[in-house]
Amino acid sequence: MTPSDRDATGLLTRPDHFVQLVSPAGERRADAEFDPWVADVDAAALGRLYRDMAIVRRLDAEATALQRQGELGLWPPLAGQEAAQIGSARALRDDDFVFTSYREHAVAWCRGVGPAELLTVWRGSAASGWDPFERGIAVPQIIIGAQALHATGYAMGLTWEGSDAATIAYFGDGATSEGDVNEALVFAASFDAPVVFFCQNNQWAISEPVGLQSKQPLARRADGFGMPGIRVDGNDVLAVLAATRIALDRARRGEGPTFIEAVTYRLGPHTTADDPKRYRTDDELAEWQARDPLTRVLTLLATTGIDADALEREVAEEANRAAAELRAAVTTIPDPEPMSVFDHVYAEPNSHLARQRDHYARYLAMFDDADAAASGAEGGAR
Amino acid sequence: MTTLTLGKALNAGMRRALAADEKVVLMGEDIGTLGGVFRVTDGLKAEFGAHRVVDTPLSEAGIVGTAVGLAYKGFRPLVEIQFDGFVYPAFDQLVTQVAKLHYRSRGTVRMPLTIRVPFGGGIGAAEHHSESPEAYFAHTAGLRVVACSNPADAYVMIQQAIASDDPVLFLEPKRRYHVKGEVDETASLADAKPMGVASVVASGTDVTLVTYGALVQTAHDAAIAASEDGVSIEVIDLRSLAPVDYATVEASVRRTGRLVITHEAGQQGGVGAELAASVTERCFEFLEAAPVRVTGHDIPYPPAKLERHHLPDLDRILDGVDRVLGRPNSLSGVEA
Repeated sequence: MTPSDRDATGLLTRPDHFVQLVSPAGERRADAEFDPWVADVDAAALGRLYRDMAIVRRLDAEATALQRQGELGLWPPLAGQEAAQIGSARALRDDDFVFTSYREHAVAWCRGVGPAELLTVWRGSAASGWDPFERGIAVPQIIIGAQALHATGYAMGLTWEGSDAATIAYFGDGATSEGDVNEALVFAASFDAPVVFFCQNNQWAISEPVGLQSKQPLARRADGFGMPGIRVDGNDVLAVLAATRIALDRARRGEGPTFIEAVTYRLGPHTTADDPKRYRTDDELAEWQARDPLTRVLTLLATTGIDADALEREVAEEANRAAAELRAAVTTIPDPEPMSVFDHVYAEPNSHLARQRDHYARYLAMFDDADAAASGAEGGAR
Repeated sequence: MTTLTLGKALNAGMRRALAADEKVVLMGEDIGTLGGVFRVTDGLKAEFGAHRVVDTPLSEAGIVGTAVGLAYKGFRPLVEIQFDGFVYPAFDQLVTQVAKLHYRSRGTVRMPLTIRVPFGGGIGAAEHHSESPEAYFAHTAGLRVVACSNPADAYVMIQQAIASDDPVLFLEPKRRYHVKGEVDETASLADAKPMGVASVVASGTDVTLVTYGALVQTAHDAAIAASEDGVSIEVIDLRSLAPVDYATVEASVRRTGRLVITHEAGQQGGVGAELAASVTERCFEFLEAAPVRVTGHDIPYPPAKLERHHLPDLDRILDGVDRVLGRPNSLSGVEA
């Protein structure tokens, strides 16, 4: 793609252009470039996006509660990032493939990941909760930014197979400093890989502000890699949907990668082990709460003649039911069998591990024998 | 049988793998048009196309990381790291992703990557071009680590590594790329010795001498020299460093009662350390002497004019043999 072609797409990085279709106050803002991409989103469809966001917010709160009650070892809350995750995930096709970090519970939920599947890894019961190929979403990535390369490689494979599917790589503002993300941008650009780099700039990488990662809007970096960068209000589900649809369309037409910076905010802690009061102010939090992604959609819906109060109540009930299901699901997650600690290290038989496994089985069996002897003694059988 | 250099044998093995399975893709720096800095991939891009033999940007983490994504998509990537000392930028992807994804995904995602790494010294190269990083990878659960030492093995083992559903770090002894040997290009892969099995390359009764890669030939030469001195050395080419074929090593040590291990890598935490400990655990009662290691020093790889003072050679190996036999040696009279 030549620079003049890129001009034609209207997607040259314009850091001053902040794509926003619904203002924090719930006003619909016209945008000639982005509006056509969400022309099909009528009030009912917007209501469905609201429903998605409300449910995942409720599930997220329930998971935090489950962690506080000792049912989960850890939980990285998504609160505040619902629009960024729902808007982007709802732009995807089933045959697209998703690579995420560890906070994209809403994306996983959109891909059909069930409650127990979602919580398994955070309960510490297994290394992952779902079959990536069944759900079209890779298992969560803890190493910051590593998945950007995986999404790029998968996308390269898609083009070699002649597919028009695409991949999307989710990562945060902190990850943009990682070599892996930068190398992924290089590879994706060089090979015109059909990948969407979806950066949720939630302002904080644990305690480090985004200003420590970048002196300029992150979307500006895209131009240096030779791809369009879009800076979008990440708390505006409609704008995120439009931006992701544009990026996916480019990918499917063989025009290569797009970088989206979704400007959002992590309302909660980095994880349940974090205390954000140590590094940010209540004022800042209040400022972002005023830009809540859910409230603005309800306000907008009310202007379309929809009974927003009724919708809110109805969705809240549904969300409560989903939360109850999540809570019930956590207890259905089986505790792992001790010997499963050796499972799946290798796909093929491995003599070294087989021996280690055998030795540990013998060690564990000693306790079985001791238990048997003890219960025998209690029963007076000796 | 065809006479091929080790490099050409690898080339022939890769050609056969590319022809047999369209999901096999080669990735690396300078591997396409140039045919690799050692010409190991020579002609493969012309034969199979730029989508099967891919010249990549200069980013080892990028190569391995995108190969992970390709493996997710069902490809069987064969990655070339241009030199041993360049593998470290890819270390994170290798250790945190390639090695662990099968485990992490509970067996749903396979990582059938092969990572070719020309390794070892002896070619008078610049810094970072002569390293032996195998212990890092042998220590990493989820990876297999193998080293070929001759053209016949190279031809078969590279195909076995590509066919493996587990990730394989494939070490190539770069100073032996040009050594020729007989290769049977018609042999069935199914009948070949598995790459996890060690080879006894010389039979002997007094000492078991274990090594891999470029030092196999040196060890073999040492055995011939020792035989003229009345010492019978059994030389084992380990081939697989993770897992180790202890059955073959143990069977030998039980007969000889003496074990010498030699490798170019440093001693501290090396493959030899693990081998000495494991053999001692497994057949202590058969040992007549403590196992002896003859290794590179625990130093950064030295400048070219010093490398002969770093690399084990025939005489240093024989000195180690003397130590394990209790014959006069460089450390005679020195407190252990």
